[in-house]
Amino acid sequence: MMLSVTGVHTFYGHIEALKGVDLEVGAGEVVTLIGANGAGKTTLLMTVCGNPQAAQGRIVFDGEDITRLSTYEIVRRGIAHAPEGRRIFPRMSVIENLQLGATIGQPEDFADDLERVFLLFPILKERREQRGGTLSGGEQQMLAIARALMSRPRLLLLDEPSLGLAPMVVKHIFGVLRRINREAGTTVFLVEQNAFHALRLADRGYVMVNGAIAMTGTGRELMADPEIRRAYLEGGRRDRA
Amino acid sequence: MEYFIQQLINGMTLGAIYGLIAIGYTMVYGIIGMINFAHGEVYMIGAFIALIAFILLAKLGLATIPLVLLLVLLVSMGLTAVYGWTVERIAYRPLRGSFRLAPLISAIGMSIALQNYVQVLQGARVKPLQPVIAGGFKLIESSAFTVTLSYLQIVIVVLTLALMAGFSLLIARTPLGRAQRACEQDRVMAALVGVDVDRTISLTFVMGAALAAVAGVMVTLYYGVIDFFIGFLAGIKAFTAAVLGGIGSLPGAMLGGLLIGLVETFWSAYFTIEYKDVAAFAILVLVLIFRPTGLLGRPEVEKV
Repeated sequence: MMLSVTGVHTFYGHIEALKGVDLEVGAGEVVTLIGANGAGKTTLLMTVCGNPQAAQGRIVFDGEDITRLSTYEIVRRGIAHAPEGRRIFPRMSVIENLQLGATIGQPEDFADDLERVFLLFPILKERREQRGGTLSGGEQQMLAIARALMSRPRLLLLDEPSLGLAPMVVKHIFGVLRRINREAGTTVFLVEQNAFHALRLADRGYVMVNGAIAMTGTGRELMADPEIRRAYLEGGRRDRA
Repeated sequence: MEYFIQQLINGMTLGAIYGLIAIGYTMVYGIIGMINFAHGEVYMIGAFIALIAFILLAKLGLATIPLVLLLVLLVSMGLTAVYGWTVERIAYRPLRGSFRLAPLISAIGMSIALQNYVQVLQGARVKPLQPVIAGGFKLIESSAFTVTLSYLQIVIVVLTLALMAGFSLLIARTPLGRAQRACEQDRVMAALVGVDVDRTISLTFVMGAALAAVAGVMVTLYYGVIDFFIGFLAGIKAFTAAVLGGIGSLPGAMLGGLLIGLVETFWSAYFTIEYKDVAAFAILVLVLIFRPTGLLGRPEVEKV
């Protein structure tokens, strides 16, 4: 397994946000985690990145226990995160944001990697000198993913890349995620509220309720499950219009 | 007119020194949002290291002035940087994530501790230094007043400008500068792209201390006397300069330093020398009331 999370508990102050999460992501897979607002999805991704650290349990990446490592050490082992709210550096240009994304990369790879992400998101090339804070929401999301890709991650974490974006943009972004997975072999772990797109893309999925995994299955199985349909898909379908 | 030009020269010299110290305040504020009240003491320690180095080199019989100056600068910058690094490591880093006032209180404690440390080691009396760089140009000679520009003033202003230019480039162009700006804008995300945030903060203290050391070297040369208490006044004036320019802004700190130096000098020249500090701090009050973001600062509301 590329990533395995075992019995992880995470606290924010006294609030237990994760109550014993078990989950696995295999090499080359696209795995999605769906669930309602406040279920703990974002917390799980951030716990994988070591901020906050898990109070209990183990997180193993590529055979190595990373539970107690600090964020930058985890990232240097090949995990990249396009986090909740995108967190573009607002007073830096698109290029500088991408340069920061390449912090852990080799300087001689930078030009190639830049070309590669500009191919995936041509709009970023046009906006290259523009400040991150002045981009539209969709452009910021593309930049967040591009920035994550600049480090050539083996595992790409994404936190709600579709949030607040127009359906066309969502479609484009999910298309890119598929390409990254199929062509570059990057493993993708995707947190989404937009269960429809996420489950269609994913090989497997997990459903999170109240800080624990409530259900798991292949994307197809979860999509067919009546309870999932009622709770997460009936709303999500509106996207197709 | 001659008198005015002379004050302009003196004010710019003083302003250069304040500006160098102010950079340390503004960078630390930018990256961790605290005022490092021990920064004035770090500058004072830089001055003492410079004094000791000048005396030692003179004892060794080294008389080539540019070489002496270069060696003293390097030694003072290096050792003062170690102090800056240590202060952050023992007094601020353990308090990261604590409530907002904690590092501030720790900084004031550190400031008092460093003052007393130097007082105990070096004594409370004023330490003199023989002039190292003497002489200058007579720019305008008239019957009433002679305008002079000393070699030392040229050295101070040129060195300051060179350092500020180099430093601005470092912040704008290098990976380290980029990492510093990233930590300033979003520390969580900086860590997520692989920046070692603790190390970047440490290096910020190291750089601020090294620049303050340069100011310490210059002040030792310029006034020829130092004591363990010089860091206090120079520190809060440089802090005023940083606030005037817009705390967090690098060009602001340079501009603010220059303005405070000019205000203080002109006030001394045309009004009363006794109240020159009042003039400088009146500016702090006025800026805080009417333009809290300073001249080049950006509004606090811009938070993503």
